[in-house]
Amino acid sequence: LATNQGVVGSNPASRAMTTEPDPRTFFDKVWAEHLIADLGAGAFLLQIDRLLLHDVTGGVVMRELGTSGHAAASPQQVFAIVDHLLTTLPAPGLRTGWTPVAAQMIDETRYAARVLGLTLLDVGDPRQGITHVVAPELGIALPGLAIVCGDSHTCTLGGIGAIGWGIGTSEGTHALATQTLVEARPKTMRISFEGMLPDCVTAKDMALALIGKIGAAAGSGYAVEFAGAAVRALPIEARLTLCNMAVEFSAKYGFVAPDESTFAYLRGREFAPRGAAWDEAVAHWRTLASDEGARFDAEIRVDAASLQPQVTWGTSPQHAASVSGRVPQPEELGDPAQRALAERALAYQQLSGGTRFEDVAIDVAYIGTCTNARLSDLRLAADFLRGKKVAAGVTAICVPGSSTVKREAEAEGLDETFRAAGFEWHEAGCGMCGSGRGRLEDIRVISTSNRNFENRQGKRTRTHLASPLTVAASAVAGHIADVRRMRD
Amino acid sequence: MESFVRLTATAAPLLQANIDTDQIIPTRFLTRLSEDGLGEGLFAEWRVRADGSPNTDFVLNRPPWDRAQILLAGPNFGCGSSREAAPRALRQRGFRAVVAPSFGDIFFNNCFRSGIVPAQLPRDAVERLAAELARRGPAGGELSVDLEAGTVGLSGSELSYAFATPPRLRRMLLEGLDEIALTLTESDAIERFRRLDRTRRPWAYL
Repeated sequence: LATNQGVVGSNPASRAMTTEPDPRTFFDKVWAEHLIADLGAGAFLLQIDRLLLHDVTGGVVMRELGTSGHAAASPQQVFAIVDHLLTTLPAPGLRTGWTPVAAQMIDETRYAARVLGLTLLDVGDPRQGITHVVAPELGIALPGLAIVCGDSHTCTLGGIGAIGWGIGTSEGTHALATQTLVEARPKTMRISFEGMLPDCVTAKDMALALIGKIGAAAGSGYAVEFAGAAVRALPIEARLTLCNMAVEFSAKYGFVAPDESTFAYLRGREFAPRGAAWDEAVAHWRTLASDEGARFDAEIRVDAASLQPQVTWGTSPQHAASVSGRVPQPEELGDPAQRALAERALAYQQLSGGTRFEDVAIDVAYIGTCTNARLSDLRLAADFLRGKKVAAGVTAICVPGSSTVKREAEAEGLDETFRAAGFEWHEAGCGMCGSGRGRLEDIRVISTSNRNFENRQGKRTRTHLASPLTVAASAVAGHIADVRRMRD
Repeated sequence: MESFVRLTATAAPLLQANIDTDQIIPTRFLTRLSEDGLGEGLFAEWRVRADGSPNTDFVLNRPPWDRAQILLAGPNFGCGSSREAAPRALRQRGFRAVVAPSFGDIFFNNCFRSGIVPAQLPRDAVERLAAELARRGPAGGELSVDLEAGTVGLSGSELSYAFATPPRLRRMLLEGLDEIALTLTESDAIERFRRLDRTRRPWAYL
């Protein structure tokens, strides 16, 4: 491919003299910029611009680097972040791990990060928070960067026009030791949301409606570009939500090409370039968007104007439906394998097909996680909650995505709104997304998180995924609720 | 990397679609100070009942599948979380291969680094093998996975299917190579790339 030749050793002048290049996608361009070597037989050595190490998988990566005998290749490009294992319950003094072993893992992460000379975002640091929330917030993630983390939701960073993806421990150790990864080249897919979103329909609803339609495996093997008028119109935080859900339809990479909204969002952030370097970077980033006529291996179009607020009923993100409707009957599903899955899911969720969502009572309403715990998410929920009360018997929890989000929310008085409505107001962290932490067990939760897998939020916990607006409405109603019927 | 060439062993069927890595090993087993003992967490919520007793309805708790080294799985096996603990837990409980119509992309990569072959076969091939194994019952359910030849066969029969793996990962697994050492043989190319790239994208380097 002629467009890949510019990467190793060619001079820009000779490229300029060539005839009009083939139109390229955003992904093609970013891939080409990171291609160190074609290793043959479909393997490519790629430059990694940022490695993010969190306290669960990152600590293991640093431990295994030690036993491998290798050194960190480029510590200034590596960030260690404490988020998964921290308790989020407000308490005096510095927070620590939510169990003694969790506390030891945090200590191990902290110590290893210091020894390796990494930037550490620790407890007590005003910048601490969920990796995928703080990386854009601090400008650690920038457009066109290749960013990896031992966390499948690294695709979130596609929301600011980075290519982020989740890796395992061994790949993490490889990235730390070499600041490179060996990758196969994925196919490309464009998902275009045409038209404009109706009122009360958010980026989370876009993602859930999409996955409900195309299935939880549809993105396997693809790098997915979200495009179309409705995506362009999304603020950056909403794009992060949309991209966060890419891996929920098995796309390792999901992104929105950077545009003026992206640059406006990033300007002045701590790790973003400044002054002339900023101008140079923006000029470069403006060249990254997919060219007119660029070809994708797959194209999907969605009519944004027809979307409705969504909720999941089963144990896969593809088990999504409009909140105004009913739990589907498994026999309505044509494919026998899908029917069997639906039956199993309904048994786990203790639901019967045909039940109206509005008749499903909830025990817990949870707002948080790398999907939906940014300032705009909290504002959306708080705007609805102002002057209302959480229904009797419902435990409502809000866990801001970062210490910065928490501070900014408090400056606006959002914490008071949440508390007055009956929500718990927590410190920043991953909280009860991947574990019930002893509080969620055999209970029904409506959650702004991204995974409704069996036992994900605690043993026998039945999770319904939804937007912050739908979770807030459901908290007040005491059952799964359509926010459009509840507004003043 | 632990090497794998070929293996004939009992294959356990677990054919449900979209089995995610949270099912393979629940998150609570990731809070640990050593990677030893991850096998305890393998399919923990399915293997163990709420009262702590073994769930004898679960295939991996029943002989001969309790000693299976090959898993015959459904589509999109290993979707979800990137945790390498998932293939490590499989490996620690004796598994060396997973045969499925498709895999989660990150899990697929992690398998090679954990000494496990992810063998991707067409869906009808997996279904045929599953049907044959079911017909034979507990007595004769063995599969042969041959990474060198790139085949999955039903032992004692002609039934055999070809599978492809990325050649570099295949070679690393066949030979048990150290991936980092292999990449470092490209150090000159990496250095050359970085020198040029720093002038083009200085912001990437901080």
